[in-house]
Amino acid sequence: MIEEEEVTLLLSDLLELYGYDFTQYARASIKRRVNRLLTLDKFPSFAELRYRVRNDADYLKRFVEELTVNVTEMFRDPSFYRALRKEVLPALTAKPFIRVWHAGCSTGEEVFSMAILLKEANLLHKSLLYATDLNPEVLEVARKGIFALAPMRQYSENYVLSGGTADFSSYYTAQYDYVKFNEELTRKMVFSTHNLVSDRSFNEFDLILCRNVLIYFDKTLQDRVLTLFDESLGMLSFLGLGSKETLRFSSIRQKYKQVGSEKIWRKIE
Amino acid sequence: MAENRVVSNSAMVVIGGSTGSIDVLLNLLPALRSPLPFALVIVLHRKSTSDTSLADLFALKTSLPLHDVEDKDVILPGHIYLAPADYHLLIEHDGTFSLDDSEKINYSRPSIDVTFESAADVYGPALTGILLSGANADGTAGLKAIQQAGGLTIVQRPDTAQVAYMPQQAILNTRPDYVLDVVGMVRLLER
Repeated sequence: MIEEEEVTLLLSDLLELYGYDFTQYARASIKRRVNRLLTLDKFPSFAELRYRVRNDADYLKRFVEELTVNVTEMFRDPSFYRALRKEVLPALTAKPFIRVWHAGCSTGEEVFSMAILLKEANLLHKSLLYATDLNPEVLEVARKGIFALAPMRQYSENYVLSGGTADFSSYYTAQYDYVKFNEELTRKMVFSTHNLVSDRSFNEFDLILCRNVLIYFDKTLQDRVLTLFDESLGMLSFLGLGSKETLRFSSIRQKYKQVGSEKIWRKIE
Repeated sequence: MAENRVVSNSAMVVIGGSTGSIDVLLNLLPALRSPLPFALVIVLHRKSTSDTSLADLFALKTSLPLHDVEDKDVILPGHIYLAPADYHLLIEHDGTFSLDDSEKINYSRPSIDVTFESAADVYGPALTGILLSGANADGTAGLKAIQQAGGLTIVQRPDTAQVAYMPQQAILNTRPDYVLDVVGMVRLLER
């Protein structure tokens, strides 16, 4: 196990040498990620890990990728998607154009879920889904729309639980162990790197989804990001977070009203 | 063994368990008297859909405030906190919880090891770890970490556990301060 001061050293290396700012990430979690890499990559000591991070560009890439968590799934927490169908999309129907931002989209499973929801509400033709992540590698996966076949059975169950009534497999073509989602969906997606720690707002949106990203940040950074979202949401627009995330500790909370019991808020002032 | 050490000196008590541990908790919780001098954290392996039902079940057995943890919740003495399904539960130095949805550890999320290790890091000797019934070796590494940091460790007596494997692994690989049945645990918590 490495010490608190060693984590601090490593994080300042990453910031000073490469401009990656993890200093405001939730410390207990980032420390666990560093310890995990120390064991996984069999470093005999912290000093060796630090030397490698400072001097080996290929390893640095792996290190930064492994430091961040890229766990996601389609229709994650189906009741959340059910609420999007029932409460959010009907409120957006009258709009001439719908902009959705998936902030920290990872490999894009939730972006495809959203596109399917929009299509089934007959809104996809006038929608645009902006999907951003810090990590260009995961965006490359998302952009291709090709996913492993194995979890599709689970995703199909999630889809049904979210209120989906079509045949889920009609949205993709399976080949060997992979599936490719229909281009009708990908055509409405724009992928781009965006760093929530340092980048600014880039548009105004009707719905922002940022699920299980804020849990990795400390309270100060959470508040910065939520303010960034607030600046990017028009009046009566929606914000959706992960199942254990909350606006409770944020300075923007007064301007938002929770929609039902799911982690969805609407901007009311 | 540290027979003279008492749980009530701890700032936090963390209980971990898997199969067969819910029954133990249903017996332990009513024995906790208000005001509880420590924060009680419960980490159980469970199905991802059963969140509210488990909290409701436990709430019937205690008058102490009981919460399903949300990200950045503040840790208060006298309160009981339940690790949510499908997240690892970590403790921050500023006395708040943080959640993490990274890879499963010991096939489990939440993993008992993750919470035990993280709590040991923050509370050191002011921590008590209790490991209950289960069919998985999760918790053993965490108990070790608690012990190394000077905390108190308690393991359920395997012959009284519905599934003995989890406490057995802990006894084989660490030297717990106490190995107790449920009645013994209740007595110790009351001291």
